[in-house]
Amino acid sequence: MTTNSGVETMNVTLTVNGRRVVAPEGSTILEAARSAGIRIPTLCHHPDLSNVGSCRICVVSVDGTSGLQTACTAPVQAGMQIDTESEAARATRRFVLEMLLTDHPNECMICEVNGDCELQELVYEYEVPWPEPGGARHAFAVDPDPNPFIVIDRNKCILCTRCVRACAEIQNRDVWGIAHRGFESRLVAGADEFLLDARCESCGQCVAYCPVGALYDKMSLGRARVNKVTRVPTTCSYCGVGCSLDLNVRDGEVVRVTGIPEAPVNGMALCVKGRYGYDYVHHPDRLTAPLVRAALLSAEHLDARLANGEWQVTAVPDDRSPDEEITPDTFIATDWATALDVVAGRFADEKEAHGADAFAVFASAKCTNEENFLFGKFARQILGTNSIDHCARL
Amino acid sequence: MTNSIQDIAEDSRCIFVIGSNTTEQHPVIGIKIRRAQRHRGAPLIVADPRRIDLAEHADLFLRHRPGTDTALLNGLMNVIIREGWADQDFIDSRTEGFADLQEVVDRYPPEVASDITGVSAADIEAAARLLAENRPGALIYAMGITQHTSGVSNVMSCANLQMLLGNMGVPGGGVNPLRGQNNVQGACDMGGLPDVYSGYQKVADAAVREKFTAAWGAPMPDRAGLTVTEMLSAAEAGRVRCLYVIGENPMVSDPDLNHVRRSLEETEFLVVQDLFFTETCRFADVVFPAAAAAEKDGTFTNTERRIQRVRRAVEPPGEARSDAWIVTQLAERMIAMGAAAPDADAPYSSWDHASAAEVMGEVNALTPSYAGVTYPRLEAGAELQWPVPDAEHPGTPILHVGRFSRGLGRFAAADHMPPDELPDDEYPLMLTTGRVIYHWHGGGATRRARGLKAVYPEALVEIHPKDAAAAAIAADGLMRVTSRRGEIVAKALVTDRVVPGLVFATFHFPESAANFLTNPALDPQAKIPEFKVCAVRVEPVPEGESA
Repeated sequence: MTTNSGVETMNVTLTVNGRRVVAPEGSTILEAARSAGIRIPTLCHHPDLSNVGSCRICVVSVDGTSGLQTACTAPVQAGMQIDTESEAARATRRFVLEMLLTDHPNECMICEVNGDCELQELVYEYEVPWPEPGGARHAFAVDPDPNPFIVIDRNKCILCTRCVRACAEIQNRDVWGIAHRGFESRLVAGADEFLLDARCESCGQCVAYCPVGALYDKMSLGRARVNKVTRVPTTCSYCGVGCSLDLNVRDGEVVRVTGIPEAPVNGMALCVKGRYGYDYVHHPDRLTAPLVRAALLSAEHLDARLANGEWQVTAVPDDRSPDEEITPDTFIATDWATALDVVAGRFADEKEAHGADAFAVFASAKCTNEENFLFGKFARQILGTNSIDHCARL
Repeated sequence: MTNSIQDIAEDSRCIFVIGSNTTEQHPVIGIKIRRAQRHRGAPLIVADPRRIDLAEHADLFLRHRPGTDTALLNGLMNVIIREGWADQDFIDSRTEGFADLQEVVDRYPPEVASDITGVSAADIEAAARLLAENRPGALIYAMGITQHTSGVSNVMSCANLQMLLGNMGVPGGGVNPLRGQNNVQGACDMGGLPDVYSGYQKVADAAVREKFTAAWGAPMPDRAGLTVTEMLSAAEAGRVRCLYVIGENPMVSDPDLNHVRRSLEETEFLVVQDLFFTETCRFADVVFPAAAAAEKDGTFTNTERRIQRVRRAVEPPGEARSDAWIVTQLAERMIAMGAAAPDADAPYSSWDHASAAEVMGEVNALTPSYAGVTYPRLEAGAELQWPVPDAEHPGTPILHVGRFSRGLGRFAAADHMPPDELPDDEYPLMLTTGRVIYHWHGGGATRRARGLKAVYPEALVEIHPKDAAAAAIAADGLMRVTSRRGEIVAKALVTDRVVPGLVFATFHFPESAANFLTNPALDPQAKIPEFKVCAVRVEPVPEGESA
């Protein structure tokens, strides 16, 4: 096998659950098993992040070695005989899960990530009963950080450090860390500060990589459980990087944005605008009807249609009161046919009287390719001018 | 970009960022640059007048004066040639005009470049060495390079440097402008420019005009049209009578807003199409309510020429409609009125596209570089970066491999040319403009995103502690910034991100938009305004006095 850099790597052959598996030298047992379609459960592992082998969910039995090995960190060796489902491995996983539950709130029913939680899935799979009460439990304040984007619930944190690694390795910002030792261990931002004071860029990568509900998107609280949303894959409408993302839609409203692991440009990464800047779409300031100055409408139609409610006096600009007297400059919210006729008619008159040079069109770097193509066609075929430009220089 | 985000992130041995605040303006590319430097050990050189975030991660930070990019790049090239680090094989086999370059660059030994740029000669030498010893290297720039009266010279100088180093046509190299808006690349590609049709087919080329005349069934205008800045002046002078402004807000985003205001006031008939009642809408005769990206189907083309799907996820509010629907309605009405009479027999004369995919079919037929960009391929997961000349072509992640588009790469040597307006006794400080991570362009969307607004609620102007103290401006106090063209009032952010003598402002907040101050002087060729340099003075605004 040849890698991108042209360096030859050797393959090794091993056996996993009785199946012959060939994997590149230096790969982990986990990678080798997954490439062969054999599942090994994980919690602290994520393929985008470095491996720490701390949660011990991925332990497997290896013939000839005493004790279990963490599949996410142990490298493959030629001739290895691996059992991913040995009784010892399964018992260890069950024990780890039980230990995690002894200090985890039993509130899946009201948890934002119910149905989308890696811990919940494993507890279900391994049929781990809820532990008897007893022993110390944490009682951290929920959502103690005033930032507008990320909810922290340390009670649900399993100390897997995926958020720490996402911040250090994907975002390269090093906001998150684990403070203290043992039972006192807890996730902290910076020197135990608020996120924004710890120079957090609010990208939300930590939320995206959290396997449980310890970190969640604040704007989506109570609205975006996975079974209640439809995910529509699209391209971000902010900058020119072209990140792919899923708009999570519920009842006709975008309630959350999530990443797409296989996104060609960005993987799971998004920035603060892409992940948390979506709600302008539903802002009450949105224009919802064509606006035409009263002077451009026939007085007769104006009176009649205002009277029958078909048209309205608008509040723009400057929160104009509907009771104010209508002047020629007043914007009237009309129907489409009227507004389009006003514009098309005026364009036709101007073209006849002054020629194509009387027109100029601002196309838009916010609009789609197809729309910009049509704007160009409109300027050249219909108006007859090449005076079309957009903010490419601005 | 000549190259792709991925090959720069994974294969470059060195990354040189000049005039791009990448981690704030293209954050996901910014994190990949930080990662390449940190986890892969690719040296990072950052050249910027401000100590931007990326400067913290740089192996070498060159803090040059605004408007001295060409001098800095010439200084680097002087050292590279002097030391024999130029890629002579590449120069001999792939380029022309090297003698002209050498003649110009000879005039910029490090000491001279240092006098012009303010970067020490030692740092210029060190940067040249890093570039030479770590090839291939990628050069990344954005509007810090282009938004100058010397914008074209700056861009040419970036290309000269990369050709000199042999960094073209290889993974991890290239000249990589980061395009600002989501689809500014696509708007250019689709012919939203006054001198080209889609795919940069030139209006001045008679054969191209004939092609579009035959396709659209109407005579094609043969003169190049006006640029945005020229349109506004023409409107003020009464030569342009009708402005149709789609999804743009010149009353915030264009230079010298007081002039823009006069132009819009003088415009005979102004139609604006947008999501919100923007500052530009105040001057409109008719305002059309448009749909947001989340409310329509189509494609965007990103900064690395990658065409990707945009999908309708929600319905537009009320009577808002897609821009495609609106412009189609206008076209059909004007045809019905006889104001345009395209030949119905021409293959693409009509406006009866049933979907964005059908419009793309017309784009495929008329645009060689997009010929193979079809919806079925995109839906099947094809990763397509133009040029994609046919339906089997896999796309072009890296341009100029083995051969430049024009054949040989031409060294277009350029001398340093100072900005149009420099500080003087009356306006003693220099203003440069830009953006912050939490807001976007004119701010129309981000000021209406509650989280972003909460984190960054108002305009801030960066000023150095020395200048703030000299002008008696308090940290977080209000300050007035005045140029020959206008003034704004905003809160002072006293910081050494800027050097003494330099202030920095954004245009995200209409009432204190930096563009009331900016200089509309244009690069003579690209017609791009000099947003990055103008002269201003500052003064404190007493408490209680408002803007």
